[in-house]
Amino acid sequence: MNLESSYVDLYMANMDLLREGVSDIINKHRSDAIESFNLLGIPTKKVEKYKYTNLAERFAEDFEKYFTPKHEAVDLPSLFTCDVPDFDTYKVYILNGFYYGDKKLLEENGVVFGSLAEASFKYLELFEKYYNTLADNQTEGVTALNTAFAQDGVFIYAPKSATLNKPIQIINFLLSEEDTFVQTRNLFVFEENSNVRVIICDHTLSAKRFLTNAVTEVYVAPEANIELVRMQNEHNLSTHVTSDYVQQNEKSVFISNTITLHGGMVRNNINVVLNGEYCENHTYGLFLSDKIQHVDNYANIDHAVPNCVSNELFKGVLDDKSTGAFNGGIMVRRDAQKTQAYQASNNLLLTGEARVYAKPQLEIYADDVKCSHGATVGQLDAEALFYMQSRGIGKRKAQLLQLYGFAYDVVQKVGIEALRESVAELVRKRLRGELARCENCSINCG
Amino acid sequence: MNILTIKNLHANIDGKEILKGINLEVNAGEVHAIMGPNGSGKSTLASVLAGRELFEVTEGEVAYMGKDLLDMSPEVRSREGVFLGFQYPVEIPGVSNVNFMKAAVNEHRKHKGLEPISASEFLKLMREKMAFVEMDSTLTSRSVNEGFSGGEKKRNEIFQMAMLEPTLAILDETDSGLDIDAIRVVANGVNKLRRPDNAIIVITHYQRLLDYIVPDIVHVLYNGRIIKTAGKELALELEEKGYDWLKDDK
Repeated sequence: MNLESSYVDLYMANMDLLREGVSDIINKHRSDAIESFNLLGIPTKKVEKYKYTNLAERFAEDFEKYFTPKHEAVDLPSLFTCDVPDFDTYKVYILNGFYYGDKKLLEENGVVFGSLAEASFKYLELFEKYYNTLADNQTEGVTALNTAFAQDGVFIYAPKSATLNKPIQIINFLLSEEDTFVQTRNLFVFEENSNVRVIICDHTLSAKRFLTNAVTEVYVAPEANIELVRMQNEHNLSTHVTSDYVQQNEKSVFISNTITLHGGMVRNNINVVLNGEYCENHTYGLFLSDKIQHVDNYANIDHAVPNCVSNELFKGVLDDKSTGAFNGGIMVRRDAQKTQAYQASNNLLLTGEARVYAKPQLEIYADDVKCSHGATVGQLDAEALFYMQSRGIGKRKAQLLQLYGFAYDVVQKVGIEALRESVAELVRKRLRGELARCENCSINCG
Repeated sequence: MNILTIKNLHANIDGKEILKGINLEVNAGEVHAIMGPNGSGKSTLASVLAGRELFEVTEGEVAYMGKDLLDMSPEVRSREGVFLGFQYPVEIPGVSNVNFMKAAVNEHRKHKGLEPISASEFLKLMREKMAFVEMDSTLTSRSVNEGFSGGEKKRNEIFQMAMLEPTLAILDETDSGLDIDAIRVVANGVNKLRRPDNAIIVITHYQRLLDYIVPDIVHVLYNGRIIKTAGKELALELEEKGYDWLKDDK
């Protein structure tokens, strides 16, 4: 049986379970999505967008799939203190894709956040208006698969002019005695002039193989100012696919920063549509890979209207035999005059066996725009190393200073100040080789 | 007190011999100027003394404070008190001047068996030494030399020298690319760092810098050898007559 039919069969066999616990607004999208998935399948390397990352191979592996929350008898917050923050956040725990906690929906300053499943009953109108409106089920097989199977995840709703003084921190845990496949679905709606910071941390807590297929829809209303920081810190047995769909409207600002500290295979899809004039988009990413890890970032910024600014910067440091890819698209549509769109991908290879593939793709149909792109792949600068040595700094330390200097470009873009310091420290640790496994992790996953 | 003794030093790059038997003795309290036409080996000599791996020493010996200098790694040379002022200071994106200097100062302290410097002490030291070279304080938080003007880069070199207080400073064409005011500032900085127990080697093309940093001894390096050594008046003579009369002499 081929991969597609096995997932379709799985869907058919568990349809009733999937439909439980969520409202019809989520359920009504399932049948179209599974049909679409059946046509699209999981991308192989033959699909141009996935040329460097063989997802089909991973999705074909044998994983347990749970359709009811399987909460081990653990107290997550006490078991695990996320390394990112010793700082104050509103925490939301997700265990194996399902919301974890007694109070399913929280509210601060009018901002609602918590379980997507629970919210789908309570906020029918919002779900009707936004759920599955941004996700691309027509061309992305993994997204269609998620839509067909979506059961829970995080819902955030910030009403007009709402401001949160602390970030919302979503902590995704993977903890199971079996190899497990998890599909998380998030929906974030930020109304006019709202101001919210969100951090998403991913962690693996047991030495099993995990496959995560997450879809996040982010609606950013006019003049909203939103920041999303991802801290990906999973072990080498994990595969993690994220697909973000962001729609920005007039004069909104959206900053995303994807920091991949650790992970077996990671593929991040970031799709942004600039749908209103005078938007500002900043899409940043940093990955640090070693051993045979693989990190692939795909970012596509669609300038659909005039007068928007977008700025993409992705950096990678690759050690050992690790591999990486960057595929950055900028689309400037015919009417999108006065667009400013910048993109850069810089990569450092620390060994002769590490590989990185950088592919900038600009499609410009307007004639009055400012666009640039650049990709570099290089080694540490020998001149700079000698310069530092000549000031008494040992070679190893000089290398670390240079590596950290390289990474700092992205780290400094993290807007949440307290988080920026933690990220900086984690990156330093990772570069020193002290984070050979995830922080606070007692399992030995190799 | 002898600081540096170079005996019959030969060095190659890519199999090509650049230094062909250098002999030089530098004592405490002295300022030496090394002059010479382009391509004579001045910068190579500076690089070899600082330990740049590009160059291969094929013959000769270098004693620094009685120790074998050539046996030390570049970082150990620095910690032992050798300082090279670069002709082309290197830009290091993402590494701030503060962090760079703090790392350097602490490595030097560790070498001497001292505890790392405290943050407040370090800031005080930085401020004091920056004043030395009239360096703009905003440069400290910026990445090392990144986007610095030619003058700022050279000031930064002398600032680093002031921070590390070397026993032997080798300044490789510190005057190149500087306007006359900047030369004066840089030279003043260097002069303030002159002590009876240290020595400075100034490598330069022009007499101009030597108006400000007055040398005790002037050497002419030509074709990998020192072909003339005299007092400071030699620099003036060179300015007037060029190098050709010396080449003919040879």
